[in-house]
Amino acid sequence: MATKTITKSIPRAARVAAPAPLPAVRLTVNKAYKMYVGGAFVRSESGRYLQVTASSSGGADPAIVNVPRGSRKDVRDAVLVAKNASEGWAARTPFNKSQILYRLAEMMESRRSELVTSLLRGGTAAAEREVDASIDRVVFYAGFADKFHALVASSNPVAGPHFGFSVPEPMGVVCVIAPARPSLLGLVSTVLPLIASGNTCVAVCGMDDPRTPLLWCEQLATSDLPGGVVNVLSGHASELAPIMARHREVMAMDVWGVDKALAAEVEQLGTDNVKRVKVHGPQADWYDERKAQGLGFIERFLETKTIWHPVGI
Amino acid sequence: MLVIVAEPVILSPIVTLATVADQTSGARLVAPPNFNPASPTVDQVAVEERVAALAKRSLKKASKVAGLKLAISMMDLTTLEGKDTAGKVRAMCQKALYPLGSDPSLPQVAAVCVYPNWVRLAKQCLAGSNIKVASVATAFPSGQSPLPIKLDDVRRAVEFGADEIDMVIDRGAMLSGQYGKVFDEIAAVKEACGAAHLKVILETGELGSYDVVRKASEIGIAAGGDFIKTSTGKVVPAATPAVTLVMLQAIADHYRATGRKVGMKPAGGIRTAKQALHYLVIVKETLGDAWLTPDLFRFGASTLLNDVLMQLQKEKTGNYQSSEDFSKD
Repeated sequence: MATKTITKSIPRAARVAAPAPLPAVRLTVNKAYKMYVGGAFVRSESGRYLQVTASSSGGADPAIVNVPRGSRKDVRDAVLVAKNASEGWAARTPFNKSQILYRLAEMMESRRSELVTSLLRGGTAAAEREVDASIDRVVFYAGFADKFHALVASSNPVAGPHFGFSVPEPMGVVCVIAPARPSLLGLVSTVLPLIASGNTCVAVCGMDDPRTPLLWCEQLATSDLPGGVVNVLSGHASELAPIMARHREVMAMDVWGVDKALAAEVEQLGTDNVKRVKVHGPQADWYDERKAQGLGFIERFLETKTIWHPVGI
Repeated sequence: MLVIVAEPVILSPIVTLATVADQTSGARLVAPPNFNPASPTVDQVAVEERVAALAKRSLKKASKVAGLKLAISMMDLTTLEGKDTAGKVRAMCQKALYPLGSDPSLPQVAAVCVYPNWVRLAKQCLAGSNIKVASVATAFPSGQSPLPIKLDDVRRAVEFGADEIDMVIDRGAMLSGQYGKVFDEIAAVKEACGAAHLKVILETGELGSYDVVRKASEIGIAAGGDFIKTSTGKVVPAATPAVTLVMLQAIADHYRATGRKVGMKPAGGIRTAKQALHYLVIVKETLGDAWLTPDLFRFGASTLLNDVLMQLQKEKTGNYQSSEDFSKD
């Protein structure tokens, strides 16, 4: 009875046909670029951002994009997780490391078009070339991860009743200031040789186009690489490099393309814990497979353990 | 809507107390307070919000250094493992005396905490210092042994020279509502301690809710505990800021009612200098400066000391430190 009464009381005007539907408009869904620390995607603890230009070759980003501006505390957090990940990563067998790095190449291959679209400069052909070179570089170091030992280890002739062996070991936490350009290939080429040998790293990505390195972190996250092995921060090298250089938990630094004053500061601060600091000028050609990849990149951040073993007694 | 379910009132039978008195030769026959309606319920959301707010306080520079040094002076440096050896205990005692060899300005810790077998050795190592030796007892960590064995455990530890006894309550009895039994055991252990200070471990990780923690705190305090302590360190979760706040509130209420000051010891899971400062803030805001002393507040800690030392060195040198540069306990 009650229902009937209510139906009758609705005014005639309210029962006219619904208006024609509005044309379908989707809300824009923009990506919040984040840094990659300990296997998680994080904003800067400081809340600061830098504005960078998005790709002109397509993609969903607006013209100006915010990326986090890493702080002193972000460096500290990243070094801590890298240190905690260090023992476990170093303990994995070289073959297992090799498999995981190859898995990273698989992840990059399946999201190749996304990387190509994301890269800022040079048009599609150049972007494709950079992404292909990056994937190939990952495959190169995946293959090298269980082979370089044979090239750098030695059995040493010694004057006595002993065998002498020298075997390579990772150093621990290594910090990287990646080259500004090429943003993806530069980061891949500097980080991969470090982790292939069992180091863990905290990298500041090149800031000419930081979006693509941060996008690459999403592939790191799905590659079976344990959290904390690679940590990527975005921000000013001039602000973050000295903090890394002073940090006593950091065993070495690989610094690319900074000015002379900053290079000198980093080298000087690194003396506190006798850090191995490698400062490089601009690399001529990151695409040159003879110069931009190889054993030298791995060997730079290895320690050598020599064991004397008695023999003949 | 708040529903208060009345719990079964189980008064401590006098028979039990008489038995205790027989066993301990001279325990006073004190009827335990009726804890059932007396304990206030705890507002879980409010407690957690409160400690979260206190965690946001930022201590920098001089006040941070002062806080960290205070934290060292309040530490019970602890090793409670089946694999403990004389070497381990000696090394820990050395660290208790000289937390950082390169910095003699740092305070010594308040106490070392060991199993009864290591009390004598610890006493020898710390002879001449003000550092106390605490021993766990009463069938630590489960407490699931007959009372005479627990009391024997306590008496032996005291005989070996322990200055402080860390006892565990019977959580099974607590959870099944046998509050009288819990009270009686604590009272009997207190009597067995003699001059040694008694810390009552509630093992809050097994108690289930803040209401039970509050009730257990009141029982521990009323039965004569000099300190109440969160955890054995063998159960996760161990000490949390929220559970510590609940226990501190019980201490505060007891102080207001009777004027007696009971100490507090969070233990287990406190690993970083930042956490330690957070606990000090909670103590200060709940009980005031009077409790910011090793006599009334302690940290049970094994790995905390190194992190505090690292942060102190960082304040001194300006550089973040490496864990490799500090001796592992």
